[in-house]
Amino acid sequence: MKTDDLIHALAQDAASVETPPRRALNIALVIAAVLAAGAFFVLLHPRDDILQAAHQARFLAKFVLTAALGVVAATLVVRLARPGASAPLRLLAVPLALAVAAVVLELASTPAPEWRARMIGVNWLVCLSYVPLIAAAPLAVLVATLRQAAPTRPTLAGAVAGLAAGALGAFFYAAHCPDDSPLFVAVWYTLAIAIVTGAGALAGARWLRW
Amino acid sequence: MLVFREQNWSAWMRAGLSGDSEAYRRLLEDMSPVLRMLARNGLRRAGAPIADADDVMQETLLAIHLKRHTWSPGEPLGPWVAAIARYKLIDVLRRRGRRAEVSIDPIIEDLADAAPAPDEASMEDVARLAAGLPGRQGDVVRAIAVSQRSIREAAEALRMTEGAVRVALHRGLKQLADLYRMENA
Repeated sequence: MKTDDLIHALAQDAASVETPPRRALNIALVIAAVLAAGAFFVLLHPRDDILQAAHQARFLAKFVLTAALGVVAATLVVRLARPGASAPLRLLAVPLALAVAAVVLELASTPAPEWRARMIGVNWLVCLSYVPLIAAAPLAVLVATLRQAAPTRPTLAGAVAGLAAGALGAFFYAAHCPDDSPLFVAVWYTLAIAIVTGAGALAGARWLRW
Repeated sequence: MLVFREQNWSAWMRAGLSGDSEAYRRLLEDMSPVLRMLARNGLRRAGAPIADADDVMQETLLAIHLKRHTWSPGEPLGPWVAAIARYKLIDVLRRRGRRAEVSIDPIIEDLADAAPAPDEASMEDVARLAAGLPGRQGDVVRAIAVSQRSIREAAEALRMTEGAVRVALHRGLKQLADLYRMENA
């Protein structure tokens, strides 16, 4: 077969245009959020004192942090899906700065002897188990959608999809978790999200090449 | 040269995306010698055999086709093409066990300056891979690619509806790209 023959075949297939990745990923992100919410309400439940907690800055900060991370990661996933599009990874500095600020405020407003107890909290094993569990289906949806796109950095694209799914898992998990200290969040939420990010990187290296 | 090429290419791709197969064919015909040249220069820079250039070019052409929905019509086509050409070059180099560090800049420069390379070799590899495509998809790809039939002619020859031919052709081309990658893995 000469190049002309290949081109002839490709031209005959001109009409078969698939959904642009931006649109496909926007739909996938909505589905991922619904799946995360579903997993949360099946596996866990909002903590009993959620109405009182909703008035406390520490509790609310967990949602601000995970939402900021999720929005940044979702933005980057859409960029990484397309060849030649720039993916400004420096945007990740925004949630990072928010987390650092929360930790500094916590250290400044609590006595040093309490830091250790606040960091270890009571629920870290649940956090490390359930954030990845809630994030699993969303990660699968994002990776499946990225397969239809064309990420020229497959491992990175998978990792950032994991970051987005992990942030989504942590966002919902935060409504269950009784530990509100930014010290706890900085350690255990980060670790839990890192697990999902690592899984995403592996999935990307395995399934996102094209 | 890049600006001239860029405008034509973007316009043809836009027309192709809205179903104009003639404009799309013109794009692919205009692009393939440039892709071959990019592949040759890239292989030379990596110290790999230039004989692989046509393999790389064909894989790139297939990838451009199968991933064309990832180009945003509002953006220039050149950087998108260069990114795919680089990705495919790296992919082939890695599969052949070479260190795969390819910078995008020379590719962009090549795209702007160098003369396109003419078609010299025949494409034995794709013909062989197409021969290995199973079932209806293989029949359709061979009828259309090897025998230069149109969708309608292929539908008549194979006693299929045109819609079924279209679906089988698209799936067959995807499978061809997968075969290509597995073949050289």
